[in-house]
Amino acid sequence: MNAILFVALIVGGAAILSWPLGRYMKWAMDPTPTPGSLANRFARLFHFFGGRFTGESQNWKHYIVSMLIFNVLMFVVSFGFMAFQHHLPLNPDGQKAVEGSLIFNTAASFTSNTNLQHYSGESTFSYLSQLAALMWLQFVSAATGIAALAAMARGLAGRKDLGNFFLDLQRATFLVLLPLAIIVALLFALGGMPMTLAGAAHATTLEGIEQIISRGPVAAFVAIKQLGTNGGGFFGPNCTHPFENPTFWTNAVAMVSIILIPMACVWMFGRIVGRLRHAAVVFGVMLVFLLAKATGAVWFEQAPTQAFAGLPIEQNVGNLEGKELRFGATTGPLWAVLTTSTSNGSVSAMHDSLNPMTGLMPMIGMWLNATFGGVGVGMINMFIYIVLAVFVAGMMVGRTPEYLNRRIEAHEVKLAVIALLAHALFILGGTALFAATPWGRDTLNNTGAHGFSEMLYEFSSAAANNGSGFEGLGDNTGPWNIATGLVMLLARFIPIILPLAIAGSLAAKKPTPQSAGTLGVENATFGIMLVATIIFIGALTFFPVAALGPIAEHLQFMRSPFGEKL
Amino acid sequence: MKPLIASIRLVIVTLLICVAGYTALILGFAQLVTPGTAEGSLIKDTDGKIVGSHLIAQSFTNAVYFWPRPSAVGYNAAAAGGSNKSPTSTNLTERARQLIEQYGASVEKPLPANLAAASGGGLDPHITEHAALYQANRVAKARNIPPSQVGMLIKQQAFAPGGALTPDRLVNVLELNLALDNP
Repeated sequence: MNAILFVALIVGGAAILSWPLGRYMKWAMDPTPTPGSLANRFARLFHFFGGRFTGESQNWKHYIVSMLIFNVLMFVVSFGFMAFQHHLPLNPDGQKAVEGSLIFNTAASFTSNTNLQHYSGESTFSYLSQLAALMWLQFVSAATGIAALAAMARGLAGRKDLGNFFLDLQRATFLVLLPLAIIVALLFALGGMPMTLAGAAHATTLEGIEQIISRGPVAAFVAIKQLGTNGGGFFGPNCTHPFENPTFWTNAVAMVSIILIPMACVWMFGRIVGRLRHAAVVFGVMLVFLLAKATGAVWFEQAPTQAFAGLPIEQNVGNLEGKELRFGATTGPLWAVLTTSTSNGSVSAMHDSLNPMTGLMPMIGMWLNATFGGVGVGMINMFIYIVLAVFVAGMMVGRTPEYLNRRIEAHEVKLAVIALLAHALFILGGTALFAATPWGRDTLNNTGAHGFSEMLYEFSSAAANNGSGFEGLGDNTGPWNIATGLVMLLARFIPIILPLAIAGSLAAKKPTPQSAGTLGVENATFGIMLVATIIFIGALTFFPVAALGPIAEHLQFMRSPFGEKL
Repeated sequence: MKPLIASIRLVIVTLLICVAGYTALILGFAQLVTPGTAEGSLIKDTDGKIVGSHLIAQSFTNAVYFWPRPSAVGYNAAAAGGSNKSPTSTNLTERARQLIEQYGASVEKPLPANLAAASGGGLDPHITEHAALYQANRVAKARNIPPSQVGMLIKQQAFAPGGALTPDRLVNVLELNLALDNP
């Protein structure tokens, strides 16, 4: 009962807040130009920041080139901060030089909005690296995603001018992310998170042992990490660490923050293309998947820790391994679903220690990667599924497929399929390569099917730009750093570039007027069609690996709901 | 060239506003409004020496103290982490056997699950009220005080972290042990 109430409060609360935020984001990202308005004054300020070029309109190709140039610079600047951290200030704990492949992986990870971490923050990076490299990327990489969605939506609205990347980037950073981050960071600071530039505290415990307590500017970092679907922890164990998540209430605020902007992005998209009813259908489809996964996760996590079976240990609560008590019993599995439905990747329970079938739910989230998804890019990924759903539906009833009054033809479908196949190829190909070689096999923390799940999860997380992990994996090795680094970058930019190309191609077509023959995208039939498309594509692609990993482990070790061993 | 120049300008502007400005704002607010928690919720003894943090578990092995949940990193607050073992792993069974021996748990007196399972960060400062009461007799005997007195202290300190949403009441192990040492 408490579990249902808790899920309803968090997901429902975020959904309610997402409506006004979506409205605000439309105003911020795509204002109607009126002379003298506030939006215009902001635009003037942003022209001042970015130079005159910020005022030029761009087609989809120019928009992508600008985005890529800025992202290359993001990578280079953050790489520099990390590589020279031992010579730079704000390093009270004396963090040393970091190994090259780890810096490559980390720069790729935060540039691509993934925040996969092959290091522990408190023992690797100086405060300057954490703030000026990582937290900075948490702002601008999230802003890149929101900008890309705004541009795609403009294209789908039929505008040839997609806007200007540098203007959109500033709007997303300064008008959307920064104000929300300030609010959430202040709440976190009030909730008891540390916010200091002092180095680690040295304590002598009651039993006389020395305990070094790492701390830092945590509240500011964690706020944008949650809001921007970044997810990278200030500390190694992310939001299970009491300093990153001190109370039940900071935990609740964090969970809403994880899902808020991805939800609002759907409404913003609907407002820019001028089809709010369509956005509502898409929102509903995403919510169905989210709730299905949450139900599965909460249900499977009620099974007690299997390793304690037969021992004199009370087994009346669910699996507590890798969980904190202060968040309550439902948080671990619900957060696991929220953080992987969006491409956030922060954790408040160790995913490696979730029950086998609970651990499958976050993987499903990352395989689909569109049931809200990352800020901006989640809706872009869903657009790929929409293109396919519209195409398949059109073929089934023998009509020309159309989306928002534009014909979907072979060219668009080809691009959409490439984007989907790339995602699957990175996950399946990467896992196969590492499972077959010592690169993967020698780095496992668990044996058997669960060991396979660790590798599968790692590539799923990299390809979905998620960043969570089955953290037992010893992933700070050259092969892991380089392979996942490359996957993160390719999996970031392919699914942004191809949909923008589709939008650009659609915008160039002559609109076909709506007729009785048009397949609607604003009704339940379309919603069901979209759900079916996602399930078929997802299940056909990923069921075999799910069977080899979590399902095999479940069948091998867990009891059936009726108590006997399967 | 033009996109590159715009990019460089925006790198500088975003670094200044989102890193320097934003950090300074939150830092200033936290240090002014809630300096204690901003510094890490540290606890000092009467001489001003730091004995720990309200939020961070520390190791207790002596019978006169309540023991926290097990930690996969030995309560190392400079390199926190969990076991990352599958709940089906035999490593967890072995660890649980040691804990059962340490607590002297038996079928009649089974160990509360939160004392057998390590937390994600290895620094969970809490145990359940039930798990504290489970240890009350040992602590009372070691301290030579009546068990009822220890039980009263636990009841006083126990709290529900999420109000009505979390029925299981918790106690903070370090705070409880400090209260025992300084009645």
